[in-house]
Amino acid sequence: MNSTISQEPIYQEVINGAAHWSVTVPAGKTLRFTNPEGASNVSLLFYNPKDLLERYNAPDTLKCQHTFKLTKGNCLYSDMGRVFCSITRDDTGWIDSVGGLANKQKVAEKWGERSYQTQGNLWLQNGYDAMLVELAKYGLGKRDMAANINLFSKVAADAEGNLQFEQNASKAGDVIELRFEMDTLVLMTTCPHPMNPASEYPNHGVEVAMLEADPVSEDDYCRNFRPENGRGFENTERYRCVSQASTCCEA
Amino acid sequence: MIKESDLQAEQASQREVVPAGDYYMRELKAGQTLRILDLEGNQAADTLFYSAADPSERYSAMDTIREQGNVYLTAGTKLLSNLGRVMLTITADTCGRHDTLGGACATESNTVRYSLDKKCMHACRDSWLLAVAENEQYGLTKRDITHNINFFMNVPITAAGGLTFEDGISGAGKYVEMRAEMDVIVLMSNCPQLNNPCNGYNPTPVEMLIWDAA
Repeated sequence: MNSTISQEPIYQEVINGAAHWSVTVPAGKTLRFTNPEGASNVSLLFYNPKDLLERYNAPDTLKCQHTFKLTKGNCLYSDMGRVFCSITRDDTGWIDSVGGLANKQKVAEKWGERSYQTQGNLWLQNGYDAMLVELAKYGLGKRDMAANINLFSKVAADAEGNLQFEQNASKAGDVIELRFEMDTLVLMTTCPHPMNPASEYPNHGVEVAMLEADPVSEDDYCRNFRPENGRGFENTERYRCVSQASTCCEA
Repeated sequence: MIKESDLQAEQASQREVVPAGDYYMRELKAGQTLRILDLEGNQAADTLFYSAADPSERYSAMDTIREQGNVYLTAGTKLLSNLGRVMLTITADTCGRHDTLGGACATESNTVRYSLDKKCMHACRDSWLLAVAENEQYGLTKRDITHNINFFMNVPITAAGGLTFEDGISGAGKYVEMRAEMDVIVLMSNCPQLNNPCNGYNPTPVEMLIWDAA
């Protein structure tokens, strides 16, 4: 319904596996992620470029939408009660909210150690270090690393709370679209999910495209997905008004 | 898992009652045991931990639940840092389950959860922010306020991926106890929540007890 799949992208590229990247996405644009072979994992963090202390808040996001999984209709909230972006399309049905990032020790434990000297860019990069590099580009560090989300990865819990990483939860060609409701700095890494049981280090990239989003209508699916989201949108619209007005005055 | 403690309150080296809506910020030395006691029942103790030696190392909800393979915290759970090291071990628990997904109430998130005019109601993140402002010796700021533990809260997850808020399984006199495996800063907000029934709209005090290493 809100998918922008038929549109011509403003910009697109392939991010290789075991890599990291960041981009500031303006309000009103959509980021489309495509999982080429079905085996990718994309970890994401979100910050307000005008106030880097405002960042993605996993507990606020889960609690206010009464959900453990994230999927179409859900909004990703900042710690300031605003919506960074809305999930307008999710072919997988379940985006992981709790798995976090693998660190160097975890990757070495699971997939062995490889050095850059012998392997070149096939060395085994880890998600934690990858995010640290991107954070450092904006003057941020360990203290700023919030709990992230993982696209194309599913971690479910049973009645006793036992966690299960579900393999093959995503298929080749699956698309996830995030529509940005405010200007947002997006940090990402394609390093493997820490719970992935694959015997070989999963080295899989992702296709990323930026598109113009349709204006958010009053009957928007995400805005009306839960009453909380309507209030989150209202907070965000008030902020957009004020933050854009001040940019105007400065210019 | 229900596990009672052998420690006697009379032998604690420090005891402090924290009123509802107040915070507790204190250093706990490696080997010391901290008990959080729900004096009247149905409170939520929203807690963060930092390494005293380097506060950029702190409690990580993600690392903790992933490495123990379970979303709930109870006796036996090791509370891990963002660097994957054990900060504390839960050694006793008379509730059986504690939440680390639901996070802390904030004035901002209250506007989303309840209504836009709830902005000026007291919230846990206010208590933490006041704590870091009043305790400059620790060098913490808003950037250090992260994903926490809610001791005494019951937030079950459904197989379909839902998050539900059940009545508390705590009660007057129930407690959770943990041993510090490194020197840590404890930052606890005794939840002042007046918007939902988690404490029956009746915020009450908790007691913090510390025993020195045996």
